Amino acid sequence: MRLEGKGIGWRYGNGPWLFSDYDIAIQPGESVGLIGPSGSGKTSLGRLLAGYEKPLTGEVSVPGRSPNHTGYDPVQMIFQHPERAVNPRWSMARTLTEGWSPDAPLLDALGIKDDWLRRYPNELSGGELQRCCIARALGPNTKFLIADEMTTMLDAVTQAQIWHTVLEIASKRQIGLLVISHDHLLVNRICSRIIPFG
Amino acid sequence: MKQASSVVTLNGANRWNERRRTFASTILAAIFLAGIAACSWLLGSSGLSVQLENRNLAPSMTHLFGTDWLGRDMLSRTVKGLALSIKVGLLGAACSVVIAATMGLMAATLGRTVDRMISWLIDVCMSVPHLVMLILIAFVCGGGLKGIAIGIMLTHWPSLARIIRAEAMQLMAAEYVLVARKLGSSRLKVAIRHLAPHLLPQLLVGFLVLFPHAVLHEAAITFLGLGMSPHQPAIGIILSESMRYLSTGMWWLAVFPGLGLLLTVRAFDKLGNHLRQLVDPRHTHL
Repeated sequence: MRLEGKGIGWRYGNGPWLFSDYDIAIQPGESVGLIGPSGSGKTSLGRLLAGYEKPLTGEVSVPGRSPNHTGYDPVQMIFQHPERAVNPRWSMARTLTEGWSPDAPLLDALGIKDDWLRRYPNELSGGELQRCCIARALGPNTKFLIADEMTTMLDAVTQAQIWHTVLEIASKRQIGLLVISHDHLLVNRICSRIIPFG
Repeated sequence: MKQASSVVTLNGANRWNERRRTFASTILAAIFLAGIAACSWLLGSSGLSVQLENRNLAPSMTHLFGTDWLGRDMLSRTVKGLALSIKVGLLGAACSVVIAATMGLMAATLGRTVDRMISWLIDVCMSVPHLVMLILIAFVCGGGLKGIAIGIMLTHWPSLARIIRAEAMQLMAAEYVLVARKLGSSRLKVAIRHLAPHLLPQLLVGFLVLFPHAVLHEAAITFLGLGMSPHQPAIGIILSESMRYLSTGMWWLAVFPGLGLLLTVRAFDKLGNHLRQLVDPRHTHL
């Protein structure tokens, strides 16, 4: 029941291989840090594992993912730029309930206030949007969460608050976490295993 | 001091920016359209009957646009012809927009094979000149008003479909659409809830740009004598019939219907262009 990439490889066009024949596995409830310099292919690896792209070589196996990638995906990814990950024409209430309906305790834990729900993305700050994106990705069927520089744009206090909530939910529901970051301190603090990349 | 204030008004309130021009051309086009509709309704069909005692009259107070060689009132015929052209144009443009939107969205959402098929179809339709295709389709559909309307519907969608496809493709690669798919939204749901609202302005502009095209092609095909019966007052038929009498000095037979057609096409062409510049984010609104 683990998220597994076997012998996966990726490159853009005919450029050099970012990684090839790469193996990675994440157990449920485990939190893994992926650390590497900019441009080393961390985000690309995350996108492959989340099923946004098909790896050029090798394969990704996820328990519970339908073969043609329809329905709610057990692997959810949270992006670095939340303003691009929400439809600018949708109110936050509509955005939040796109995959499932988050309950009040979760919204509270993430610090999402009721009056944000009536607003539109351009009326919220990056941090506020990111909290909504996290709530949206934590549906009951989420088994693995890939956090790609999830809190890079936030201040230290907010960062701590959000990670506290996410880690708590992850350990309670046995969600496997892949934390993609270049912040060693953060990853050392929250991850049980660290994979240097690139 | 006085000079300075006049400069401010020149740059501020008195200047016609794109928004104002669009607004003005919308009103003019709407008035024109309403005028044609009202005149067509008020004039009735009495002016269309043959009155041999009133043949070949030059424009006067009783017959503003003159009469033709059968004594029919040219004002009535022009207005009725324009109304018919506009009706066919509206219908043709609206259906073209629907087809273009469906095709574009299908190409963008249903995967590579469907995209290739639709792109191929667009290329095929665009490689044949509009008018030739239009004549073929009108002929196959048995001619008449129905044939022409179907022909216009089926020939004007490809260029718009290509634009919609490109826009929709770009949106499909947007992060929020990718996320929506991962959150379990089906392709249809993504197309309707995420893509279509973004494409609405393009479709509206497309409609306004296609409309004058459709009117011109309707006039062209009736001018060539395809489709409608000579009794029906269509602008193309009126213009083609007047050709025979122009050399005898009856200028009013062609000038007024021609002007009417020109005004219709120009008004909507201008409106479409203004609106396109407003909707296009790369344009400044000056």
